[in-house]
Formats: sequence, C-alpha cells, structure tokens
Amino acid sequence: MRQKHLELLVGAFVALGLAAFLLLALKVSDIAHIGEDQGYRVTARFENIGGLKIRAPVTLGGVRIGRVVGINLDPNTFEALVTLSIEPQYDRLPSDSSASILTAGLLGEQYIGLEPGGMDDFLKNGGSLKLTQSALVLEKLIGRMFTNAAQGEAPAKTP
Amino acid sequence: MTVRGLSFHRGERAIFREVDLDIPRGKVTAIMGPSGTGKTTLLRLLGGQIRPDAGLIEVDGLRVPELGRLELYQLRQRMGMLFQSGALFTDLNVFDNVAFPLREHTRLSENLIHTLVLMKLEAVGLRGARELMPAELSGGMARRVALARAIALDPMMVLYDEPFAGQDPISMGVLTQLIRTLNDALCLTSIIVSHDVKETAAIADYLYLLSDGQIVEHGTPAELGRSPSPWVDQFMHARPDGPMSFHYPAPAYESELLLRDAA
Amino acid sequence: MTGPLERLGRWALERLTALGRANLFLLRLLGALGFLLRRPGLLVKQLYAVGVLSLPIILVSGLFVGMVLGLQGYANLVYFGATSSLGTVVALSLVRELGPVLTALLYAGRAGSALTAEIGLMKATEQLASMQMMAVDPFARVLAPRFLAGFVAVPLLTAIFTAVGILGGYLVAVVQLGVDGGAFWAQMQARVLLWEDIGNGVIVKSVVFALLANWIALFEGYEAHPTSEGVSLATTQTVVVTSLAVLGGDFLLTALMFGVW
Repeated sequence: MRQKHLELLVGAFVALGLAAFLLLALKVSDIAHIGEDQGYRVTARFENIGGLKIRAPVTLGGVRIGRVVGINLDPNTFEALVTLSIEPQYDRLPSDSSASILTAGLLGEQYIGLEPGGMDDFLKNGGSLKLTQSALVLEKLIGRMFTNAAQGEAPAKTP
Repeated sequence: MTVRGLSFHRGERAIFREVDLDIPRGKVTAIMGPSGTGKTTLLRLLGGQIRPDAGLIEVDGLRVPELGRLELYQLRQRMGMLFQSGALFTDLNVFDNVAFPLREHTRLSENLIHTLVLMKLEAVGLRGARELMPAELSGGMARRVALARAIALDPMMVLYDEPFAGQDPISMGVLTQLIRTLNDALCLTSIIVSHDVKETAAIADYLYLLSDGQIVEHGTPAELGRSPSPWVDQFMHARPDGPMSFHYPAPAYESELLLRDAA
Repeated sequence: MTGPLERLGRWALERLTALGRANLFLLRLLGALGFLLRRPGLLVKQLYAVGVLSLPIILVSGLFVGMVLGLQGYANLVYFGATSSLGTVVALSLVRELGPVLTALLYAGRAGSALTAEIGLMKATEQLASMQMMAVDPFARVLAPRFLAGFVAVPLLTAIFTAVGILGGYLVAVVQLGVDGGAFWAQMQARVLLWEDIGNGVIVKSVVFALLANWIALFEGYEAHPTSEGVSLATTQTVVVTSLAVLGGDFLLTALMFGVW
C-alpha cells in the first residue's frame, strides 16, 4: 500500500519533469519553426549588414514571410552575402523587389524588410535581390552628425 | 577458527603483536580486556573488514585476509555479527530489519520470509514489536532485534561486539541467557568481545584476556578466577588499581604542580 | 614548528589524495549501478526522497525568480520601448543560467545535505559496517540508488524550475503589466534555440550539475568522521563545495557553450 503510494508520487514527479521539458521544447524554443523551412532560397548582397543575425525575420509590409538562413562574406567583392528563405506561399514576389536591413525600434533587433518592385516575372529558388540597402550603423550615423555640426559651427566660432 | 601470529598497526601504534587464538566450534569463547585494547578491531579482522599486517586468520578452513571479495561475501553469509550499537537500519521497521538479510541473499517467497522472521523474533521474545521502528525501541530491545537479524540466515558463527555494554541489569540478564541458549540450540560458534567480566564469565566456555596488544592469559572462567597473576586478578575482580594503573601516563604529579606555580 | 610553506604543501597533498579518493569513490559508485537493474524498487524510494520532496521548494523558487525577472526586465526594457522582448529576456536567462544553476544550488541545500547527513549517520551508527558483515555491499544497496535517483532528479527539477519560472515571468509581464501575450511568446520562440539554448542549458548543464551535486554529497557523507561533529561538518561541506563546484562549473560550461573567446 505504502509502496503503491510512493510509486504514484514518483510517477507524477517524472511525468511533471517530462512535461516541463516538453513545454520548454514546444512553447519556448524554436522547434515550431524547425522543419518548416520549405521555403525557396533567395540571396541578397549588402555592403554592411550591421547586427543582422541568422534566423532574423524577413518581412514584407510588416508581415513575416521568411527568415535569414545564411550569412557569408563574398571573398572577391567583400560584400556580405545573405541567404533568405521565403515561405512557399509567397511565390509571386516581383524579381526587382528590394531588400533593406531595418531595426525594430531604436535598439531592437535587426531584420530584413522587402519592398515589392514592378516587374512581371517573379523571384525563384536561387534567385537574387539586386536592389539592397545596408544597415544603418548607429556609430557612423552619429559620426556624420558630429562632422556636420562641427562644419556648421566652425565659422560662427571665429570672430 | 585459528589465529596465529596476528599483528596489526594503526599508524605508529601497534594494536596487536603476535596474537594467537583458538576458537573451538560449538562453544562460547570470550575475548576480554580493558577498553581501548582493540577488541572491536579484532572482530573486524575476523570478519575480513580490515586486513592484518601479518599473521594468519583461518575461519572454517578459509584464510580470511587472502579471500577475494566474492568468497569473503560468501563466508560472511555464514557469519552473523552483533554490533555494539545494534546498527539497525533506522529507515526500516523491526520486521524489515530482520528480513533484510533474507531478502538480500535468498529468493524466498514473502510468505516464507514472514514465517522465518517471526520465528527469529519469537526466539528473542520480540514478535509483538515487529511493527515498531528502531527509534521506538529501548537499547536492550534494539540489541535483541539486531541479534535476531544476525541469526536470520542461520549462520555457523556469531560475533558479539560488547553485547552487554550500557544495558540495565534486566536486559543484561536477558541477553546473557539468550546468547547461551541460542548457541546451544542452533549449534553456533559464538565469539564475545566484552569487558563485562561477571556476565561474560557466566556464559563463556573459554576466556582470552587481552591487554596491550597481547594475550595475557587464557583458560576457562574457573581457571582464570584462580589465576595467580596480579593483572588477571585485578581485571577479573575489578580492582581500581593494580598492574593496570588508574592513572594515565603523566609526569610526576608534584613536579607538574610546582612547574605551574613557578610559571 | 611548521613553516607556512610546509603547511601549504601538506594542505595541497591532502586535497590531492582526497580528490583521488573521490575519483575511486565515483568509479565504485558507477560500478555498483548494475545492481539496480535487479532492484528497481530501491530507486523509487530514493526518487521520492530527492525528487518529490524537493518539488515544493523548486516550484516556489522558480515562480518567484521568474516573476522577479519579469519585473526587472520590464522596468529596464520599458525605457527602450522594447518590452516585447521581455519573453526573450526571461526565457534566455532562465534556460541558459538561472534554471540549471539555481536548481543545483537549491538541490544541494535541500537534498544534498540530507544525503550527506543520512550516509554519515549510517556510517556513525555502524549501519554500513553491519551491512558489509551481512555480505551486502553498501555501494550497491545504499549509495548507488541514491546516486542514480539524484542523477535523474536534478535534470527533471531543472526543467520544472525553468518552465515554472517562464510561467512566472508570463504572469507578471502579460497578466500584470500588460505586455502583449503574442509578442511575449513569439519573441521568445524566435530567439530561444532548441539545441543551443535548451539542450546546452537545461540538459547538458543540469546533467553535469547532477553529477557534481550527488557525487559530492555522497562522498562527503561516506568520508565523514563518525561523530556528530563530523556529520555536521560534512553536511556544511557538502553545501559549500557543491555551490562552488556548480558556480565554477557553470562558468566553464558557459564559456565553452556560449563563449566568445
């Protein structure tokens, strides 16, 4: 009788532990997105990708349509070669669409925003995005602001 | 059981020097000596828990220190040992404590184990206490339960480590009688290690007196009672002073007191 | 008279031999695990003692830690308008560090110290010796089931702690502070990786900590001086040594897993 009671509690404990693992895997982690990667691949070249990371979202009009699956450096042109995976149901993106690296909020994470073009043919697997806009690098931006300010102020200071 | 030329050291200190013992089958043999002479150590040597530095220990024809783990465990199944504290498993009740060696070493059915445990508990008069936990037992009862556990596997010999220490006169009487009756009823070989002269002498067939790492004297209780040796006389009749000094070795009393005054 | 150098040398030698004994102890322990195949019942009892009985403290602590993370995270993220990242912050802190480390520390205090005291007292009251005299190997009968039970329990407790912590963060962030629930989970899922974060954090770390915590607890108990002082010292020692080993081990593991050097 006592042994039965014990076994029941231990069984419940083990079940609870496994349920916690399951919760972590299913609800917390990216498992929901693993295996969903059946999208087609498109590459884009950027001068500077800033803080873009693998798995960053790819959006169009604010809607997530895919994600970044690869980031490499082209050894010849020294450009960043970013591979995007775009979900198969969005197979009618014009081939002259443009990609820019944007930031969510002032300090948020970076993602790729697509801007549709006007061509009649569509992007296909292995295709590439020709028009790209690099990430805004905050340091460069601030640096430019300072130089502008300094140039603007310099004459005024001399009497 | 034979012991020849047994020597054992702990650190620098010699516990045993060239000890010889003969323990006959079917008899109660007692090894006595003042506290701290390594009586418990001797039992641990006999049970193979520690190895001697030199000498021969033979139990039932087997040389204990040379046995492998498996053989040693097989031998121990035929030996029961009653520890000074009883050493009952505090998380098991009386019944499960006595059943423990049966469950570990046999594949008997629960029914049979139940019967055997009740028989052993009946032998020590504690059949009614089988549901109690060790913490609920008095010292004497705990030792009787431990005794029941020690004989659970029907061993050929039982080692008793200070079975009478710290017992009230009634429990002492009960234990003395139990050891003797069990020895005769189960054809055991019993070895008692003790410093309680009166009780031990009452039931032992043969006595060994141990002091300072050596056997000082041996013989039947009657022989030892008449021994001319002043040491044996002091021990057997519990005289406070004699060859075994009342004082722990110390510098001369006067000089130590004077030295303190001077300082 | 011994100089400081001699004392240092003696101390180092003592530590080294203790380490050697601890390793032999672990080997004997692992060697005795096979015995449990024949006696699974022993494991159940110990799982109850170290697992089920540790649940309340793990549940309550996990909930509070998660709630505090939610509050603190919110208070800081709200300045940057990034409260939607709160789920990521709470989940990553718990999954990578706080879950495994705090669970191991709580386990050492709740179950490890109890294991040490139990083994130490069994030794002091000659229960281990009497078991040996009954031809029963205490390593197989007493130590191995406790070790394996602890080894299984710690990762389970870690998962429970982490999951409850994330729920605590959710309660504070979404229910109390009004962060968007969808963003909370979506951001978390976008940033927490199954193998890199949960595998390394919750699983690998907790398995390593489980080994450390139970090994130390049982070894300290087994080596304890068979007196009341010895047992109390060993119990303290278990908590101190386990805490240091877990925190030090955590640093090494973090450097190996997520390190940037």
